[in-house]
Amino acid sequence: MLRDITLGQYFPGKSIIHKLDPRTKIILTILLIVMLFTGDKLICLGIGAAYTLMAVLLSRIPVKMFVKSVKPILPFLIITAAFNIFIIDKGDVLFHWKAIKITTGGINVSVFMIIRIVLLVAGSSLLTYTASPITITDAIEKLLSPLKKLHFPVHELAMMMSIALRFIPTLIEETDKIISAQKARGASIDSGTLRERAGNLISVIVPLFVSSFRRADELATAMECRCYNGGEGRTRLRQLRTSACDYIAAAVTVMFLAAVIAADKML
Amino acid sequence: MAILKTEQLTYTYSPGSPFEKTAVDHVDIEINKGEMIGVMGHTGSGKSTLIQHFNGLLRPTSGKVFLDGEDIWADKKKIRDVRFRVGLVFQYPEYQIFEETVFKDIAFGPKNMGLDEADIKKRVTETAYDIGLTEEMLSRSPFGLSGGQKRRVAIAGVMAMQPEVLILDEPAAGLDPAGRDAILSYIRKYHEKTGNTTLIVSHSMEDIASFADRILVMNSGKIFCFDETKKVFARSEEISQIGLDVPQITKVFDILKRKGIDLGREVYTVGYARDLILDVLKSKGGIG
Repeated sequence: MLRDITLGQYFPGKSIIHKLDPRTKIILTILLIVMLFTGDKLICLGIGAAYTLMAVLLSRIPVKMFVKSVKPILPFLIITAAFNIFIIDKGDVLFHWKAIKITTGGINVSVFMIIRIVLLVAGSSLLTYTASPITITDAIEKLLSPLKKLHFPVHELAMMMSIALRFIPTLIEETDKIISAQKARGASIDSGTLRERAGNLISVIVPLFVSSFRRADELATAMECRCYNGGEGRTRLRQLRTSACDYIAAAVTVMFLAAVIAADKML
Repeated sequence: MAILKTEQLTYTYSPGSPFEKTAVDHVDIEINKGEMIGVMGHTGSGKSTLIQHFNGLLRPTSGKVFLDGEDIWADKKKIRDVRFRVGLVFQYPEYQIFEETVFKDIAFGPKNMGLDEADIKKRVTETAYDIGLTEEMLSRSPFGLSGGQKRRVAIAGVMAMQPEVLILDEPAAGLDPAGRDAILSYIRKYHEKTGNTTLIVSHSMEDIASFADRILVMNSGKIFCFDETKKVFARSEEISQIGLDVPQITKVFDILKRKGIDLGREVYTVGYARDLILDVLKSKGGIG
């Protein structure tokens, strides 16, 4: 039941996008967001869309995966669009009834907003599709490392993230097992009345907590046994390296961003 | 009369995806009332998947499961009753314990059955006694008990439902030898006392050799063999080949056979081996 949830959506591959340094990918994703939200002319959005499409195609990840990533935000899209249509009062009035007024301006903005959000989600899914969670964590640690000077616990934060990510599948498996065991004792977890189900949930949550604490304890002992004492002087198994590809990708992105800004200012 | 029966039982994990895997492949089994069955198989042989079909935790991809002659999936609403009649103890069952006291945890199953207080109390105390838990432990928190004791609490939790068929997946896994022997002997005594049908899953023949009536050996989702214990052990070499361990004493006698000392019969318990050797020596006039 729980196994069907896709977590850690990493899609192994050998495309150019996969080969980019995860740090580059994080920065480029941020630039993409900036690009999509700069300017409100059609041409700006067009350039942003072209950029996203190019990245998607280069990644060689099936397009239907991106459709899947957009699906969960559909309700959010509909609400946003509805708000914009009904609230913005600009341009020609197309429909007027009592307090409800639909204008061309409103429709424009809401269509823009939908396209923007879809591109935003597709673009950021590209990051999680082409970089494994562990490399993303590594990259975040590196990118945030200047904050260490301000005594911000960057390494600890990254370590916590990697541990959390590492244990998601384990905990899913564990939950599955506990649910089965309690079902075998007659607990109604996926059937029965809501009251019964809520009551029986305790029989799943308590063992899950107990085993999480046990695992945390074991992990801490194992880490201590290997003399783990924080990030000080620690070397890494996977070194992050930038290559020519990264610089090219960065240059292309900056050019697109410049084009968007130029288009917004001049046209 | 077979109490449990499967017909062309097949189960496939994640059908249609690249991770598709048929864990149980067209299995036909009949288990009779009151039998003690040992289920053996290597990791991934499908034994755990198979037993989860017996109480309806998994629904067959194709094929049928019959309990006492009735298809358990004929009426989906009755599947919970099937779970009370076929008790399943998972591997490392102590991880499912959640109540504040041992008593309450053992009572969880019977309570779900809708029994009244008095009946629940009777069942819990009886079962606790049967599995070697003291009266004093019942009021304690299960989380303060030792590993072996927790295991017993969890097994008692299923036994207290008084299922017609009791299935235990690796009940002795991870226990020290003394704890293992204790658990297995309690299960055996319980079986003798109640006359229920018991299935014990294990990858170690040592555990089940001495008391199983029949042994089911699974290999890559199919029945490798399902026969009386001694007939299964007659094929000890084939069994070793599919990666299962035969009892040490069987290995000793296999080596003796290879060296030309064929004692002619299948040996899988130390006691039997002793008698056999004594007999041979006696007939040769050595000792006795």
